[in-house]
Amino acid sequence: MRELLSSFLAGLGQGSVYALLALGFVIIYKSMRVISFAQPALMLAGAVLVSYLVGPFGFILAVILGVAGTALLGLGIERTVIRPMVGKPVFVVAIITLGIDIALRVVINGFIGTDVRQVGDPWGFARVSLFGVTVQERYIAMFVTTAVVITVLFAFFKYTRLGLATRAAAFDQETALAQGISVSSVFALAWAIAGGLAAVAGTFVATGAGIDQQLWIIALKALPAIILGGLDSLGGAVIGGLSIGVVESLVATYQLDYAPWLGDNFSVVSPYVVMLLVLLVKPYGLFGTREVERV
Amino acid sequence: MTAPVRQRKPRQLSGRPGLYTSYAQHVRLLNTRPKLLAVGAIALLAFVLPWLVADETLSLLGVAMAASIGAIGLNIVTGYAGQVSLGHAFFLAIGAYTASAVSGAPDDDTIGFGVTNVLVWLLAAGLVAAVFGVLVAPLATRLRGLYLAIVTLGLVFLGEHIFAEWQALTGGAGVGRPGPVPVLFGVELNSSGDVLTSDQKLYLLMLVSLVVFGLLARNLARSKVGRAFAAIRDRDIAAEVIGVNLTRYKVIAFAVSSFYAGCAGALVYTITGFIEPSSFNLLLSVQYIAMVLIGGVATISGSIMGAFFITLLPALTRQLPTVAPFISEDASSPLNVFQVETVLYGLLIIGFLIFEPRGLYGIWIRIRNYWKAWPFSY
Repeated sequence: MRELLSSFLAGLGQGSVYALLALGFVIIYKSMRVISFAQPALMLAGAVLVSYLVGPFGFILAVILGVAGTALLGLGIERTVIRPMVGKPVFVVAIITLGIDIALRVVINGFIGTDVRQVGDPWGFARVSLFGVTVQERYIAMFVTTAVVITVLFAFFKYTRLGLATRAAAFDQETALAQGISVSSVFALAWAIAGGLAAVAGTFVATGAGIDQQLWIIALKALPAIILGGLDSLGGAVIGGLSIGVVESLVATYQLDYAPWLGDNFSVVSPYVVMLLVLLVKPYGLFGTREVERV
Repeated sequence: MTAPVRQRKPRQLSGRPGLYTSYAQHVRLLNTRPKLLAVGAIALLAFVLPWLVADETLSLLGVAMAASIGAIGLNIVTGYAGQVSLGHAFFLAIGAYTASAVSGAPDDDTIGFGVTNVLVWLLAAGLVAAVFGVLVAPLATRLRGLYLAIVTLGLVFLGEHIFAEWQALTGGAGVGRPGPVPVLFGVELNSSGDVLTSDQKLYLLMLVSLVVFGLLARNLARSKVGRAFAAIRDRDIAAEVIGVNLTRYKVIAFAVSSFYAGCAGALVYTITGFIEPSSFNLLLSVQYIAMVLIGGVATISGSIMGAFFITLLPALTRQLPTVAPFISEDASSPLNVFQVETVLYGLLIIGFLIFEPRGLYGIWIRIRNYWKAWPFSY
């Protein structure tokens, strides 16, 4: 029981990272109807930026600067590469983001080098006892930070003028334009927010084991999360991310005891199995809107 | 009594290359004389090339030809039928492993049945991959667009896990296993004989395969099936309304595409001679997407051009250090050819999509149209 709870809490921590990444995907999807495959590169960029800034500025300030820098990077990508493609088929734009991801990651890998870089977080692998269950501190930090970030984000979308404009543009671009909303700045904002979220997620992913050149693969696990929650649902992204994290953690704990034939490290690919199963039952995810299309 | 009307065989009028007097003429593969001559010349050159160039070049060209078959396969499902697949690496892997399992030595560490006939293992590789394609197709009938792209991406990760863990078949991560053993009509293709070297024999095998697969795909594209694919790509709901059975044709598209991918995987690793399970990753899928996009979406000749471009790109970037000395050949230094190569994949995809969405094929069409109306081309 204690093992189950501990595994569940670790899953919630890891899942909150997926939730942050998934929110980035969903925000871009809602504004432009495009899945940005550049998220892994942005996440890596954020983590690497923090690892370079942590020396002179300390952890908290480094994270804030890293988030700002990655948001700017997202903004830059949108302005230079995505902007000329507005109105083109979504598949084309999605593949372009794939190209950005590949090119950008090579540059970032140059900054990582062959060593493992540390983000200098205050937690490391330290553990704490919570209601009798041992959990790593960093998982609690992940969960709390994500909760705060998500609350701020939802409040921003609900109560601010710009948030309202974003929702309007996501709902109907042309009507939003007709009301005087600058849809292009909404696009830019979406990419900046996605970049910032990716940087926070990247920093947390890098806590503990550090940054190496394979870290980016973790960002793709947000894809099963958004499929699970539905591509266009912010709440779905959060729930999807948390569930994927919990599933992965539980599989990591119990799979070798109960199903050893699935092989070592099956937990790493278990999110994709969950995704396939969900899609067979609910093609638009748990909370996604069913597309209604006219010929 | 009226004279019997003689049914004249429709013929093309000389000097009017764009004028067709019958449907058969319109859909003919080599519908103009220059095209006939050019294709004939290229085919002739390709067949005499083994005696003209060095063996290393031949082996590279052979890989490019095998990759072309894979690119044609991806173009069938993504270009013609419009179903975005990022899972091509998975099907290539299935083909490669089926072929090497069928042809491998029975007493080896890895599974092998010792059937070394090329025709047998090539067909087996294609069919096993096609079966997996049919298994994936139900997802494609329920999902559209980007949902499908993400699912096929998941397939690559699942495949990577399975191939790394199933050591009896693949040798396991970091170890690998030998590629398929090619024997055709009693001739061992991967060892040098009195008449031809192994590279020459393999090159000819790839060339013949490419011609056969290319012609088959081209014919599929201009048949009823190909038109159904195009209808589904352009507007799936409209296609359904006019009586195209979506499920059926999506299954066909995935089956044919995976068949091609399976054969391509088997052939590529016949030349390289060694299969490492971690090579079937997302980057391989992206390379094939790049071949299709750079070559030309929904064209067979474009797929071939794209495959040659992407396969020969590393050979070109390896030459960079002689031109630009600040780029290093050493993989551990900050700016090296391997990085340049990967960045180029990304940048070329972006560049072609923004500036020439029809790819290399589109560039060729522009050149052709310029000279068609020369000197009044404006």
